[in-house]
Amino acid sequence: MISLEGTVSFWEYLGSRRERLWFETWQHASMVFQTVLAALVIGVLVGLLVYRSERLSALATSTAGVIFTVPSLALLGLLITPLGLGVAPSVVALTLYSLLPIVRNTVVGLSGVDRTLVDAARGIGMTRTAILLRVELPLAWPVILTGVRVSTQLAMGIGAIAAYVSGPGLGEQIFSGLARLGGANAINMTLAGTLGIVLLALIFDGCFVLIGRLTTPRGIRV
Amino acid sequence: MSDADPAPASGATSAASAAVTGDAAGADAARGNRGGIQLINVTKRYPGQSVPAVDDVTMTVPSGEIVVLLGPSGSGKTTMMRLINRLIEPTSGKIIVAGQDALGLNPVELRRHIGYVIQNAGLFPHMTVATNIGLVPQMLKWDKDRIAARVDELLELVDLDPATFRGRYPRELSGGQQQRVGVARALAADPPAMLMDEPFGAVDPITREHLQDSLLRLQEELGKTIVFVTHDIDEALKLGDRIAILDKGSRIAQYATPQEILLHPADDYVEQFIGGGQAMRLLKFSRVADVPLQQVPEARPEDDAAAVRDRIAAGSTAFAIVLDERRRPVRWIHPEDLDGVTGPIGTRGMPTATPIRARNTLQQALESLIQIDHETVPVVGPRGVYRGTVTLATLQNAIRDMKERTRARRRGADAT
Ligand SMILES: Nc1ncnc2c1ncn2[C@@H]1O[C@H](COP(=O)(O)OP(=O)(O)OP(=O)(O)O)[C@@H](O)[C@H]1O
Ligand SMILES: [Mg+2]
Repeated sequence: MISLEGTVSFWEYLGSRRERLWFETWQHASMVFQTVLAALVIGVLVGLLVYRSERLSALATSTAGVIFTVPSLALLGLLITPLGLGVAPSVVALTLYSLLPIVRNTVVGLSGVDRTLVDAARGIGMTRTAILLRVELPLAWPVILTGVRVSTQLAMGIGAIAAYVSGPGLGEQIFSGLARLGGANAINMTLAGTLGIVLLALIFDGCFVLIGRLTTPRGIRV
Repeated sequence: MSDADPAPASGATSAASAAVTGDAAGADAARGNRGGIQLINVTKRYPGQSVPAVDDVTMTVPSGEIVVLLGPSGSGKTTMMRLINRLIEPTSGKIIVAGQDALGLNPVELRRHIGYVIQNAGLFPHMTVATNIGLVPQMLKWDKDRIAARVDELLELVDLDPATFRGRYPRELSGGQQQRVGVARALAADPPAMLMDEPFGAVDPITREHLQDSLLRLQEELGKTIVFVTHDIDEALKLGDRIAILDKGSRIAQYATPQEILLHPADDYVEQFIGGGQAMRLLKFSRVADVPLQQVPEARPEDDAAAVRDRIAAGSTAFAIVLDERRRPVRWIHPEDLDGVTGPIGTRGMPTATPIRARNTLQQALESLIQIDHETVPVVGPRGVYRGTVTLATLQNAIRDMKERTRARRRGADAT
């Protein structure tokens, strides 16, 4: 018989570990936020560099796609050698995974901008940079933002696995819970980690809806 | 073509308007040679194409005129436009804009001084009407208040109520309204020249007609150098001071005034292009400004009655026209109206019919003449300033003269 000695109800568990859980939730959120932000900057830059050439676009997208297909556990494991344990491999892996949706959507968004508009912009004497900043990026923005949203959801889930390399966040709860399955509070731990991530994902998504509303001009809102 | 250009240029417009009230010659001087465009032996061959899109074209677009490029699809009209504002570079040849070698100028700078209107307006959907129109002034670093004032001024100019439209997005406008905003955007920094590539191609015939009229009214005030592309012969005849009829490779089959093209098509290709109905087209597309106007004695309300009677007696008509202080026609005055009058003539006489504009067509003039009860209609230029008068006889003579001249030229041509 498995001993359930010391097991408490889920609510009691949350109450007794409140501080630790808050901290891990905060860590998780902050890790996802930072990696997605990094992926956004890198992804949009890559997108900008390649979108004018079909060949380069295909190359960038498929490279990001290849990284994407590497199982997360394997990638994290591989990163231990160069980066050690902890925050570094977690952040790098998450950033790499977040790249694909952002790069792809940036390329799709930018090349979807009506060429006649770019032409009109050139025709009225806008500089290359002005066209990019004032016409192309704003018009591609809703599509890029969708990519960021997808990346965020991905990073939320994959972020949990970062605990495997002692990364920060709610993955710790899930991994510990799974490791002592049958032990005291195992289910509570796993449940707390999972629900925390789901909750965070919902909150982030809500934020994206808001950001989308605030940053999309009325003229191109669907 | 310096950064400082737009400010003096807009000044020149108001100076021109002031000058028009005084004397027409001053206005022409103010316009000067601001925006003439010359293509000299220009060839453009796109990479991978065996025949050039534009093949050794030489053409002059005089300052202050509307030149229409008319030709079938693929004849290189768009290519010619894009060569002028350097959206593409010529394979060989020379392009001169406002007296300067365009190829030696910074392309971005050049484009800011040439308005560009494209089919479907090409408005930026994520910007409001005001932002769209204010883009070029903003790039030229005008301050906010000046841009806002300019935007409102331009919206008024293209017949859109600023309060209603400045905050709208392009998709909240009809096609015709979008075209107007497109024209306003091209005019924003008061460029001396404008390129209009089938700007009215995508709107219904009535709106199109209306947009054409607005353009002519604008042009009367602004005197821009305009290159206008169309497929539509009627549009070309209506708008063009000159028309270039293009064949493949932008071969210029004929480059002449609408009248000349109607009366004297250069070859079979041109003839086929314009089709039949030439007499009616002549009325429809000749402008009042192109025919000799009948001059009648002029008077001012404060003029002495006796002096006006003398002037009428000395003139060739039985009446005089009374002009207000800005030289706009107000009344006809006959000697009978002045019987026994001494001192200023004041408000005596009979109001004139609504004047016709010098830009109007002979057909419109005919229409007016048939509808009014005086045999004469006054003709006005920019800002309603009096130019002369027309009668039915003026029109008849004008058409007869046009035909005579052409016949004489043909005989001359045949004789050689
Ligand atoms: N970017 C390009 N690359 C290669 N060929 C081109 C390009 N643009 C135009 N052409 C070719 O040059 C020729 C002239 O094209 P252009 O667009 O100037 O014609 P157009 O008179 O404006 O026609 P339309 O009335 O249909 O607008 C056509 O044969 C066209 O196929
Ligand atoms: Mg074209």
